[in-house]
Formats: sequence, structure tokens, C-alpha cells
Amino acid sequence: MSERRHMSWFKKKNQRIESVPAEERRVKTEGVFEKCPECDAALYKRELEESLHVCPHCGHHFRIGARLRLAILYDEGKYEELDAEVTSNDPLDFVDTQPYKERLEQARRRTGLPEAVINGRGLVGGHLVMASAMDFSFLGGSMGCAVGEKITRNIERAIRARASVVIVSQSGGARMQEGTLSLMQMAKISAALAFLDRARLPYISVITDPTTGGVTASFAMLGDLNIAEPKALIGFAGPRVIEQTIRQKLPKDFQTSEFLLEHGMLDAVVDRRELRDWIVRALDFMYNPEVHFQPLKPELPLGNGAGTLPEALLGSQDEKPEEKSEAEPEVKS
Amino acid sequence: MQTQNNGEILPSGNAFDHVRIARHPERPYAWDFIERLFVNFIELHGDRRFADDPAVICGFAKYKKWEIFVIGQQKGRDTKQRRLRNFGMSKPEGYRKAIRAMKHAEKFGRPIVCLIDTPGAYPGIDAEERGQAEAIAHSLFSMATLSVPIISVIIGEGGSGGALAIGVGDAVLMFENSIYSVISPEGCAAILWKNSAEAPRASESLRLTAGDLLELKIIDGIISEPVGGAHTSFDEAAKAFDGALEKALGDALELTPVERLRLRYNKLRSFGFENSGGLMW
Ligand SMILES: [Zn+2]
Repeated sequence: MSERRHMSWFKKKNQRIESVPAEERRVKTEGVFEKCPECDAALYKRELEESLHVCPHCGHHFRIGARLRLAILYDEGKYEELDAEVTSNDPLDFVDTQPYKERLEQARRRTGLPEAVINGRGLVGGHLVMASAMDFSFLGGSMGCAVGEKITRNIERAIRARASVVIVSQSGGARMQEGTLSLMQMAKISAALAFLDRARLPYISVITDPTTGGVTASFAMLGDLNIAEPKALIGFAGPRVIEQTIRQKLPKDFQTSEFLLEHGMLDAVVDRRELRDWIVRALDFMYNPEVHFQPLKPELPLGNGAGTLPEALLGSQDEKPEEKSEAEPEVKS
Repeated sequence: MQTQNNGEILPSGNAFDHVRIARHPERPYAWDFIERLFVNFIELHGDRRFADDPAVICGFAKYKKWEIFVIGQQKGRDTKQRRLRNFGMSKPEGYRKAIRAMKHAEKFGRPIVCLIDTPGAYPGIDAEERGQAEAIAHSLFSMATLSVPIISVIIGEGGSGGALAIGVGDAVLMFENSIYSVISPEGCAAILWKNSAEAPRASESLRLTAGDLLELKIIDGIISEPVGGAHTSFDEAAKAFDGALEKALGDALELTPVERLRLRYNKLRSFGFENSGGLMW
């Protein structure tokens, strides 16, 4: 992304400053400088915002919130927020040193977010994209039932609208306070993604710092493309758990984006300042209006189970792939 | 311990008792049930990518009138076995072996039975290097659309993602004293109470017993154990298992593949938010 294009994007964004939530507005008023934890440079807040919260000197990626993330992703920063009413209902009446209900209330007040994920609908490079962005500042970005439900709804919405899916992960994993129900969200989201896959619609998983546990072990690793921001912590088990288990020091750069890239788990490590362009380019390739259905594997002869999977399994019911293939024969020999 | 009442356990029992029984060193493991329930079991090894993981047993067998595929997480009985089986903690190659096995079973139209018993997926450097998270995720993704019946049974410890990875099914059953949890009670206590000795309290809060999970509709049924726990009589435990498995498998085979996939998805869909839309059915 060129610097000039960058600037123009920010001018556009500034026109809708009123819709920027309190958490992000606060950044602008809390003093003029921020110190880079990597290179110690004192950065103008203004300068930092313009570089999308990436240190212009050393490239350190500051952690950013879900709504800013969506604003960066969508064309001209415009998107419609969806499913904000889906919030945790404390299904287990969980109490530890503090009732979970109180923790939720505090998290909502402190972050201005309804839950640890924000759903958006809008255009990315002209493509209709359902995006979900997680936010670590809301209970460590943990995944409970509401997070699972929101992400699943956005995937299903994409299947119905034949849109693409982008999920930005930033999470410590499943939310303990919702017990095994949280665990089940891994299976639920993965199943929705399996149907998105059958519908041959694009899913880009964007992994940001930090992403561990049940989020990594489900949708974060299931993208058609898995990409990460530089130097993000990404893993299944947390580094402390591993150190305790094996009782030895972990190698340098262990569980960083670069480590995962080297070990074949990521398609690319992408600088935040290039991320939007990268995603647009990938969607240009993946979103092919000529492609509708994954051809079905013939159903297995399980006695009474013969037959074929219905079109309903694979996409919206109005589409008739058979008719289409009759009308437009693919290859003439 | 709360005893049985019309086949259901009352959820008021002491949760940490269940945790202790689920981890009992004399508890029947996957092999013990395979030996008692299935005939002509032939084990298949390896993920065809990196290695064979002894923490996961895969193979085909005859069960009553059916040819079935069995996937079981296996703990070790003595020190040597425990080391070999890595205490039942699978590495990525274990999950990849299971995925390969499931695709194999699907190709030949045979039902799959998964026996779950693990403290969790192995947390280690090599496991991370080879993509532990990707292996688990891929298994969840694959199981959602496998057209053959899948019956998953938690026989001991259902440790988090490592258990769930082979735990998606048309029926999910739990032994009376088995547990199924998002995190170990000790891990939860260490984080939330800053003291792993609070594990008994964490066990209560996490709602990890079979009775709790039936009430939460996460599982479909409970397999009763002999008084005192399954370790007191492997044969009795296997007999109860046999009855439950035959019924669950029979029921799943009654359905067409399409119906199974629909029900499997809709069940996952209902976790946490009932009747909240669904995909396209
Ligand atoms: Zn810097």
C-alpha cells in the first residue's frame, strides 16, 4: 500500500469520526506521545494512527480493537455492525472469585463492546464480506456461546448471500466461565465453515496477537488462506503450559507468526499496512461468480441411506446447479 | 456419589469425585472395551505424513452384525505403557491418523465409533511445530460432513479440544463417572482462583459431569457404571456400554446420510443458543 493511498483513506475515515467508539477516541486525547515497546521510539499518536498503529521505525504492531480492525478492513471504513444483541447469558451461573455476570458487565463498560467479537457486513474491494473481528480487551477475547453464535451467524449469512468471510482472531481461547458449552463452539463454528467450504465461498483467517487455545484449534486454522500479522503469538497450548509440561526453555521465536510460517501453517505473514490490499487481491482471485457448488460426492450405499446430498446442504436453495450446467456446458470437445 | 435414578444421574453429586474416578489408574481404557465388545479388531497405524501416534488406536472390527471403524484414545497402564501412550495425550499425527481413518471408513460406508479418554492434546514443542491446532481444527471440520454414522463415547477423561477433536457425533455418550471439560479443574482453579488446590470448587463450577452435560444437552445419554466406578468391574462396564452402543448405532443407521448431517449440524448449532436460526434447513 502506498503512503499516499494511506493518507487518503484516513481523510475519508475522519469524516465519520462521530461513529468511532469511545475506546478509540480516548486514544486521541490521552497525551500526544506513545512509546514503542520494541524500539523505545516516542511516537506521535497522530503518526501512529496514520500508520494503522504500526511503529513507523521498527514495524512493531500495536494491538488494536475489533471496531478499528473492521474500519481498516472495509472500503472507506464503512460497515454495518450485526448481531450486537447476541451477548452471553451466563448459562452456567458461574461464580469464581467474582460472579461471571459481574465480569461481563465490567468488560462491557470498560471496552464499550457488547462481546469479544464484532460482526460486520460491508464491501472489501467491492466484494461483499461478512467479517468478524475479535477483541482481546474483552475478557481476553475468550470464546463463549455468544462469540460462537455470532461467528456462526456471520458464516451462515455469507452462505445465504454468497459472500466471503474474513475472521480476525485475537483470543486466549475458549471461555472457562461457560464450561463445556464454550468448548462446543469450536465444533459449531468448524461445522459452519465446512458448509461454507462446500459452497465454494472464500474464507480468509487473519490471525493477530495473541491467538491461542480453542480459537487456534478451530476456525483460525481453517481458512482457505491463513495469514497473520508479524510477530503475533499463535499457538495451541500457551507457552507457560508448555514450559511447565516439558520443563525446559522454549526456543526463541517459538509460536510467533514467523515460526508458524516456517513450519507451513500460514500462507503469509502480512504487515497491517499491507493487509487490506492483500485481502482484496486474494478475494479478487477466490471470489469467482462462475463457481457455485462443490460437486457432490455420490452418497454411500448404506442400505437405507442411498441417494445424493441435496443442494440444500451446499448453498441457497434457489440455485439450480443442474440447470446451469445444461445451459452453459463447461467444455465443448 | 449420587447413584442412578432411572438411568440418569442426579447432577447434585460431588463433581470432584467424578474427576477422581474418571482418572482412576485402574479404570478401563479403550483397549479394555475393544477387547470385550468387538471381534476381529485389526489395528491400522500411521498418519501417512509423519508418524504413528500410539496415544490413538485406529482399526476396524466386527461389532454384532456391523463392520465398524474404531478410534480410541489410549492411556497406558504401567510406567512403560504410559510413556509409550504419552499418558493418552495425542500429538498432531494422532489426530491426522484419526482423520485418515474417518475418511477411510466413510469411503467404504462403515460407521465410526470414537472412544474418548485424554487429559488433553499434548502441549509440547514438537506438537506445536507440526500444527497441533491445525490437526484438531481439521478433524472438527471433517467430522461435520462425514456421511457415515459417528458415535462418540467419553469413557474417562474428556480433556478439552484434545477430546472434542474426535467428539463430534450423531450420538455423544458419557460413562457415568467420566468428565468432559473445557479445561482441567486444576488449570481452571490456577487461573481463576490463583490456586490449583481449589480444583474441587472449579469442578463444581465447570459443570463437567455426565449428569450436568446431559442437562445442558451437550450429550445424548449416560452409560451406567458398576457401583464404585467402572474400575470395579470391567465386564459390567463393558456390558452397559454394549447396550448403549448397539442402540445408538442402530438409531443412527436408521437415518439417511442427509438426515444425519442435518441433525448433527442442528445439534451443534443449538449449543448455547437454542432455535437461533440454523443454516438452510
Ligand atoms: Zn518501534
